[in-house]
Amino acid sequence: MLSTLRRQTGTGLRLLVLLTVLCGIVYPLVVWGVSRIPGLAGHAEGSVITKNGTAAGSSLIGVDPVPADPAADPYFHTRPSASSADVLGPADTSTSGGSNKAGDSQDLLDTVSRRRALIAQREGVPPAAVPTDAVTASASGLDPDIGPAYAALQVERVARVTGLPVDRVRDLVAGATDGRILGFLGEPTVNVTALNLAVAAAQRPAG
Amino acid sequence: MDDTLAGLLQVVLLLVLLAVCHAPLGDYMARVFTSEKDWRVEAALYRLVRVDASSGQRWPTYAAGVLGFSFVSIVLLYLLQRLQPLLPMSFGRGAVGPATAFNTAISFVTNTNWQSYVPEQVLGNTVQMAGLTVQNILSAAVGLAVAAALIRGFVRSGTDRIGNFWVDLTRATFRIMLPMAFVASVLLLITGVTMSLRAGVDVTGVDGATHTLPLAPTASQEAVKMLGTNGGGIFNANSAHPFENPNALSNLLEIFLMLVVPVAMTRTFGTMVGNRRQGTVLLSVMGMLWGALLAVAWFAETHPNGPATLAAGGALEGKEVRFGIPTSILFGVSTTGTSTGAVNSLHDSYTGGAGGVTLLNMLLGEVAPGGVGAGLVGILVVALVAMFLAGLMVGRTPEYLGKKLGQREVTVAAVYILVMPAVVLLGAALAIALPGTPGALGNTGAHGFSEVLYAFASAANNNGSAFAGLTVTSDFFQSALGLAMLFGRFVLILAVLALAGSLAEQKRVEAGAGTLATDKPLFGVLVGGTLILVAALTFFPALALGPLAEAVA
Repeated sequence: MLSTLRRQTGTGLRLLVLLTVLCGIVYPLVVWGVSRIPGLAGHAEGSVITKNGTAAGSSLIGVDPVPADPAADPYFHTRPSASSADVLGPADTSTSGGSNKAGDSQDLLDTVSRRRALIAQREGVPPAAVPTDAVTASASGLDPDIGPAYAALQVERVARVTGLPVDRVRDLVAGATDGRILGFLGEPTVNVTALNLAVAAAQRPAG
Repeated sequence: MDDTLAGLLQVVLLLVLLAVCHAPLGDYMARVFTSEKDWRVEAALYRLVRVDASSGQRWPTYAAGVLGFSFVSIVLLYLLQRLQPLLPMSFGRGAVGPATAFNTAISFVTNTNWQSYVPEQVLGNTVQMAGLTVQNILSAAVGLAVAAALIRGFVRSGTDRIGNFWVDLTRATFRIMLPMAFVASVLLLITGVTMSLRAGVDVTGVDGATHTLPLAPTASQEAVKMLGTNGGGIFNANSAHPFENPNALSNLLEIFLMLVVPVAMTRTFGTMVGNRRQGTVLLSVMGMLWGALLAVAWFAETHPNGPATLAAGGALEGKEVRFGIPTSILFGVSTTGTSTGAVNSLHDSYTGGAGGVTLLNMLLGEVAPGGVGAGLVGILVVALVAMFLAGLMVGRTPEYLGKKLGQREVTVAAVYILVMPAVVLLGAALAIALPGTPGALGNTGAHGFSEVLYAFASAANNNGSAFAGLTVTSDFFQSALGLAMLFGRFVLILAVLALAGSLAEQKRVEAGAGTLATDKPLFGVLVGGTLILVAALTFFPALALGPLAEAVA
């Protein structure tokens, strides 16, 4: 029995080395080669959006922008991230993940209440008007999207601070909104990275 | 469109895709494991590693192959992590600590893919590709090989040979895993999944702040992570990370990938034993279970009772906006019904009812529809136990597919059924009794207990998902969960191969007037009933202390 085990283990080692080359080097590099095809390469390297020659963000990664003056906040905000230093604020992009807090957690209850109050104050609305996705942390901590309701809640403030007409900002939100894929897959989303870049572009004087 | 209707349409589309693929894939896999011909590349490989592909193995030799191969796999994966600083494309990420490296090596070789580390900070490209991607493929191929050996036990008669492990492993890799993984990788690339050899990319946002976004060779690993029911993310947030799972389309594809091979294996079984309805009955049991658990979890998640969830206005903590509740639950039930353990939402933040469903799904032994190979094996063992119980009721020797279920077969089936609960319950009890555990919990009360129970259920069933609030980086959890994975994988494989050997030796008995037909719905009811009865009797007290207590609070 022991000699069988030893012999089989030797065979296993030889096979493992060969299969490691095949499955661990050849296979991923072939897939990487395919990913260089134009049309796929942009996604493969992180769906980075370039503005004026610099990488301005990834359409797949939401990082909350921080206003220079909180009283004049020109940005649409992402969902809260469990990796941010405070209950609201930018994620730590070197990691990913969520709070893992349960529905009966006192900690989570406190956090949700604080977020609701802060956002209601920022937007000048009653706390009950703040939608669910605005007060809960996503699973990745890098959720690029907010729901249409949270985007709509932020339109008036963004319009006021940027000086853009409210209808113009609504149009920009509509431009960053995707419905369900095929009409029924997933949920409607508003991409915050794309939306903030569109708002910034609209503010720039023409020419 | 109404949320519920949209969610239901998504489920229907998934089921249609599976229904379309399961017969051709199942029949194809049956040919893979019965064909006499080797591909040229396979024959070359056999010569290189000095394997006589034409000779069959007795079950102890087959088992020695599985154990030997898995042992060297664990050693290699451990060494790759420990020697990471010497490897190319490691991006200055240092040697992985011994406890984490031990746990991770076992985790990926046993098809568990539990993660106690943050991949984008800890692992470079070489360990990811040459270490983890490899085991994502090979651990699934081992699962397929063991299932093929068990099916041969039913098919063959009067022989002590159950196949050749090296041939089964090689064919499962070359003919099933690699081609499917390549196609799946390309489809994932099209949906927008990343595939980069760079460490990361710097972006400067509208506020002028610069952030580094880690990148990884994602698509090639994502494909096998799902297809092989592995589940280990290349990023910490797993399939919730937008680079792994950018939209609802990639998400549906990932759910499909984790279900397709286990579902098709029932067809492979039916085809190989020469009566396809035998496979259909087992698939029906799996499908009913999956559907029922999905319905319960969906209801629970849309009817939350936790104070924090009610204050937030819904169960979106730990979920991504692009997925929402129905899409998250569909993924969660599929990942725990298979042995995948990938997550697109955090199970720890699910409501008591939905979290309990994901836990129960694993405690049922992962048969809805189970891991690659392991799922079919699991339901076949339950079928044997069901047949034994039926035999006791009418007082005759039970038989299944023309093989008598004597003392040896029933003993082995009993061992198989008892090992997992023993590991889960003893492990969780020991962990709870230790003074360090309360400090490791991410939540308190009933939910804190659920975190520990979930960890051992996940490890012993080789699932790999987590109630991730639990901090598992202590030496105790790293070692205890590592051992739970080893027992949950290899004791069961040994039992199954012994069973295969014992069945293959028997001469087939012809079905008589008193034989219970195993290709009829009645037998499906019996199998489903046995499954629920065994799990309920074993785990009800533990579930009552955790998720049930939370759900009725």
